[in-house]
Amino acid sequence: MSLVAKDVALAGRLAGVSAALEPGRITAICGPNGAGKSTLLSVLAGLLAPDTGVARLGERALSSLPPRERARAIGYLPQTGEVAWDVSVSNLVALGRLPHGDKGDEAVARALGSCDLDAFAARPVSTLSGGERARALLARVLAGEPEWILADEPFAALDIGHQLALLRVLRAEAKARRGVVIVVHDLTIAMNHADRVLVLDDGALAADGSPDEALSDEIIARVWGVTARWTGEPQARALVVHG
Amino acid sequence: MTRPVLVLAALLALAVPLSLLAGRVWIDPASTPNAALILAELRLPRAVLALVLGGGLGAAGAAMQGYLRNPLADPGLFGIAPGAALGAVLALFIGVSAAWMLPAFALVGAGGAMALLALIAGRTASPANGIALFTLAGMMIASLAGALTSLVISLAPNAFAMSSIVTWLMGALTDRSWQDVSIAAPLTATGVVLLWRAGRSLDALTLGEAAARSMGVDPRRLLWLMVAGTALTVGSGVAVAGIIGFVGLIVPHLVRPFTDRRPSSLIVPSALAGALLVLVADMVCRVLPLVTELLLGIALSLIGAPFFLWLLLRMRRGLA
Repeated sequence: MSLVAKDVALAGRLAGVSAALEPGRITAICGPNGAGKSTLLSVLAGLLAPDTGVARLGERALSSLPPRERARAIGYLPQTGEVAWDVSVSNLVALGRLPHGDKGDEAVARALGSCDLDAFAARPVSTLSGGERARALLARVLAGEPEWILADEPFAALDIGHQLALLRVLRAEAKARRGVVIVVHDLTIAMNHADRVLVLDDGALAADGSPDEALSDEIIARVWGVTARWTGEPQARALVVHG
Repeated sequence: MTRPVLVLAALLALAVPLSLLAGRVWIDPASTPNAALILAELRLPRAVLALVLGGGLGAAGAAMQGYLRNPLADPGLFGIAPGAALGAVLALFIGVSAAWMLPAFALVGAGGAMALLALIAGRTASPANGIALFTLAGMMIASLAGALTSLVISLAPNAFAMSSIVTWLMGALTDRSWQDVSIAAPLTATGVVLLWRAGRSLDALTLGEAAARSMGVDPRRLLWLMVAGTALTVGSGVAVAGIIGFVGLIVPHLVRPFTDRRPSSLIVPSALAGALLVLVADMVCRVLPLVTELLLGIALSLIGAPFFLWLLLRMRRGLA
């Protein structure tokens, strides 16, 4: 089912954003600091009710869905990466089954496997490296088997290798017909790995389209206020920024 | 049944008979005169009350630490028990007559303090630096409730009433009867059940509030369970035995390493370990050869305060 924001506005943060997102693709939300990226993601996750406008899953408003039904359909990975107690990786991932109210051993095992965490299942979270921890947190979302995976800056603080590992997992999920929406700061990731990019500027949609369209030199200049130029081949572009 | 639960149950099965026999007078059931009477009317209600109180405080501490994601949380330190004491002292001051009114006031005081704490918790966004901020906020609620309690006591017209209230507030299980048990036991049991039902939501909170809500946790239901659960466990305990601090802080830390560290796995073992701790501490208080009996609340504070400092130092090194 598609995930739709229709004229979503929130005082001081979002000014009438509309976008219909389709499953099976990776959609990146980009924009400068304070542009409203995380706010839009929270609205799409049903965690934040807009002042005006509506966020819908298919034909149903997210605000009208019972919380557990919404939770089974939409998995949300917050930016904080908080894990308050030093639980084991498998227990952390199993938290993702809460919306289903079952143990879901198979789903947990699959999630551990697709995030390459089989060897870590019994390890306490505190012993993981940053990259392993990020994968474990994503596996928690996957264990819930949601139709939509919404992740707020999952690549922050990860080195290139771990970024690519996480992107591979997300791509596999998109291939399995799930919808993937990520907030990203790194425009190179959005350019090379997203199917569609939404650019937010000061709470409004500045661009929406394929990475080539939405992250063109002109839009980057207008929204980020920097002169920049893409080089390299498609899928392997690099951004050269002039001061 | 998990292993910690079984081990704790076995320890309790050993400690309860021992606590019945131990005291200023050691009872030998075969030879002590009036042994049956002393056991049935003095020692047994006292032991049961110790179990009830400790169980309630242990469960409340475990649930609060999970809810606030703060390993320093404790019903006494964070103002829940002082809130209950304020309610109880107000009831005495107003001069309510019905026996159920004092516990009712204590429950309202405890629930109010927990609601206030949750309100502040909702305002501290980042948990990383929130722990210190929040611990201070909890302690401020505790001192505010304490100051208001002192105010009410100082306004009391009768000096004798005043000194007996002050002694009661220090927390003790001396000379408690079956009537006290009949008040505290059902209320505490209900509270523990409510806290236990909050377990899965508390587990979800491990990943922060936004993640918990995204997994379908209803924050209002959880708040209600926490307010009602802590009010019933802590409020009824304070109503019959005054403030007994630090049990809710110490017990979850002792139990946690033996569990999988999920908040929900901690609540029942913490209730059992709390029961054991208060029972044993009360027994030690009775047996110590002092001029007058050491008050349980004071004894536990003597253990608890250094424990809190030790925890703080450990957290500073990032180990907690």
